Amino acid sequence: MSAVLQNLIDQPYKHGFVTDIEADVVPKGLDESVIRLISHKKNEPDWLLEFRLAAYRHWLTMQEPTWPNVKYPPVDFQDISYYSAPKPKKMLASMDEVDPELLRTFEKLGVPMHEQAALAGVAVDVIFDSVSVATTYKKKLADVGVIFCSFSEAVHEHPELVRKYLGTVVPTSDNFYAALNSAVFTDGSFCFIPKGVKCPMELSTYFRINTQESGQFERTLIIAEEGASVSYLEGCTAPRFDTNQLHAAVVELVALDNASIKYSTVQNWYAGDENGVGGIYNFVTKRGLCKGVHSKISWTQVETGSAITWKYPSCVLLGDHSVGEFYSVALTNHMQQADTGTKMVHIGKNTRSTIISKGISAGRSNNSYRGLVKIGPKAEGARNFSQCDSMLIGETCGANTFPYIQVQNNTAKVEHEASTSKIGEDQLFYFASRGIDAEEAVSMIINGFVKDVFTQLPMEFAVEAGRLLGLKLEGSVG
Amino acid sequence: MSNGAGKILLDVRGLCASVAGVPILKGIDFTVRAGEVHAIMGPNGSGKSTFSKVLAGHPSYEVTGGTAVFDGVDLLELSAEERARSGFFLSFQYPVEVPGVANAQFLRLAYNTVLGGRGRDELDPLEFDDFVREKMKLLEMDPAFLDRSVNTGFSGGEKKRNEILQMALLEPKLAFLDETDSGLDIDALRIVAQGVNHLRSADNAVVLVTHYQRLLNYIVPDFVHVMDGGRLVKTGGRELALELEARGYDWIGKQAA
Repeated sequence: MSAVLQNLIDQPYKHGFVTDIEADVVPKGLDESVIRLISHKKNEPDWLLEFRLAAYRHWLTMQEPTWPNVKYPPVDFQDISYYSAPKPKKMLASMDEVDPELLRTFEKLGVPMHEQAALAGVAVDVIFDSVSVATTYKKKLADVGVIFCSFSEAVHEHPELVRKYLGTVVPTSDNFYAALNSAVFTDGSFCFIPKGVKCPMELSTYFRINTQESGQFERTLIIAEEGASVSYLEGCTAPRFDTNQLHAAVVELVALDNASIKYSTVQNWYAGDENGVGGIYNFVTKRGLCKGVHSKISWTQVETGSAITWKYPSCVLLGDHSVGEFYSVALTNHMQQADTGTKMVHIGKNTRSTIISKGISAGRSNNSYRGLVKIGPKAEGARNFSQCDSMLIGETCGANTFPYIQVQNNTAKVEHEASTSKIGEDQLFYFASRGIDAEEAVSMIINGFVKDVFTQLPMEFAVEAGRLLGLKLEGSVG
Repeated sequence: MSNGAGKILLDVRGLCASVAGVPILKGIDFTVRAGEVHAIMGPNGSGKSTFSKVLAGHPSYEVTGGTAVFDGVDLLELSAEERARSGFFLSFQYPVEVPGVANAQFLRLAYNTVLGGRGRDELDPLEFDDFVREKMKLLEMDPAFLDRSVNTGFSGGEKKRNEILQMALLEPKLAFLDETDSGLDIDALRIVAQGVNHLRSADNAVVLVTHYQRLLNYIVPDFVHVMDGGRLVKTGGRELALELEARGYDWIGKQAA
């Protein structure tokens, strides 16, 4: 591969610093006493401890999945600390009480925690290692009945809502990592949009892993009642370590009749170095339940980080006429591996789903799309359209597509399109012969390639995501 | 028509080049003056396309000897994009497809980069739209081409028109047209040739690289060169092309040997 392409790929990770802050970390290892300790530290009600213990006991009977198209040494689950919180942890009355070191950390990351400095119209919940450190605009949201707070706070303030919905979309026994998360999750975000309310601003959670040997296990639960709608965005970064950190999150979305939830992710966890040393193992379960008629759940993800990504944001289309969407850009570089895609499970009548997946591979990375479209026997008139495109940059990367289609109703219509293209020397020479250098050429080609997905992102984040892709690929061409 | 008095645009001396260690060009001498049209003909594999790619700066080819001076500057010292910005243009035999990138966007970036570099005002999308539509009329191109992805799904003829459109936009001092006639039906050939003739002036020059003489009925060359085995083995006027058509290339090889 030419040197220009190579240089474009080799852009350093900009969020790799560590914040020097005293943390309350529980010793490494996992057994029932650790789970009881976490639950105790968080002062949780008994039903939640029972939920955790049931999940843990089931997890012990499960095997780590080996079907993804990724390779890594076995994870030692006893070598991880399952709880890390910045000290001192007390109830904060306002943002002014947040540790200035933390404020500086998030300022460096470009996440505004002061409301006056915040992006206009975006409320932010900030998760640092295992706990939520701040949530902005709570008051303004509360005025219209929207609850947006950390998961721990929701457990105490709104236990009836948490208890009603937790684990209803992703059961504790769903899969190995979901079971682990259910046992040890520490914090996350909680959103509740009551009947008929259109959430007046974007909701956003920013996740930061800081401690070297802790895992991050967050839990997000978003509920949109009848006729409600919300747009939610999460961003993630982590310091540069030469060991791997485990991130196993669970996200559950519930949309009732005529409700809509739009969930966008810009994932930029540390990806490891160019030789594959270090980086986050991102093993995440995300699922939305379109429970009501005419409900809609839309996932948009821009996955650029992590050493390994294993993630399938899915929609269960239970309500008649409900709609599921999945728009994804997954970029892998150097030694990164991604096995990502979606599941669209059509149960109700006239349910519709759209899948647009764009995989970009560079360096020696491996990028797989894996998707399931399932049409149940009662899903009269169900319709799916899938498009999975792969782009290769250089000669040493790989791209795979694993589409699974199961149709049990003959009135359904399922379409699948796929393409593979390559940014090679000839394309770059063509641009060069028109005066355009490699960096601009790659940026133009990539932007063209991901356009259909980026138009789905909220405006501010589309700009940010575009910049991020540019950074990630700088130096990859040549 | 050339009277041999134009200034020298390109002066190539003893150019040798190889790809993957295999020598292809074995000492080419070639001079082009402003106002001239040259045709380089020759059998398949003689090195015609390689010659244009080497001059345009394709990274797969290694120059192993000789010099090439373009408008007073050492061409071989420049990167491919610098060559384009300095007024060298290559119309590709097989233009690559670039899915997802709108032709209008690509053309505008090329225009702003090349002509912006020469002090021309950069054009915003609306200004460029007016500007490019005028140029497209010359080539009888449908404006719908602006919204399509660069060369993607274009027929052979459409790709070639898109190449000449780029020549019209970038106003090169020297244009190498590599097999521009291949894949064109007779109407398209006429339109493309008219476009090229329209762009000719006393200050620029055109080099036609072609296998067949049919294009030369429309764009009349001042000089015809025959390439064989990586060298220019014969040079003549317009009549040489006709002779080649009648007799083929074999007799030249024998003569040169």
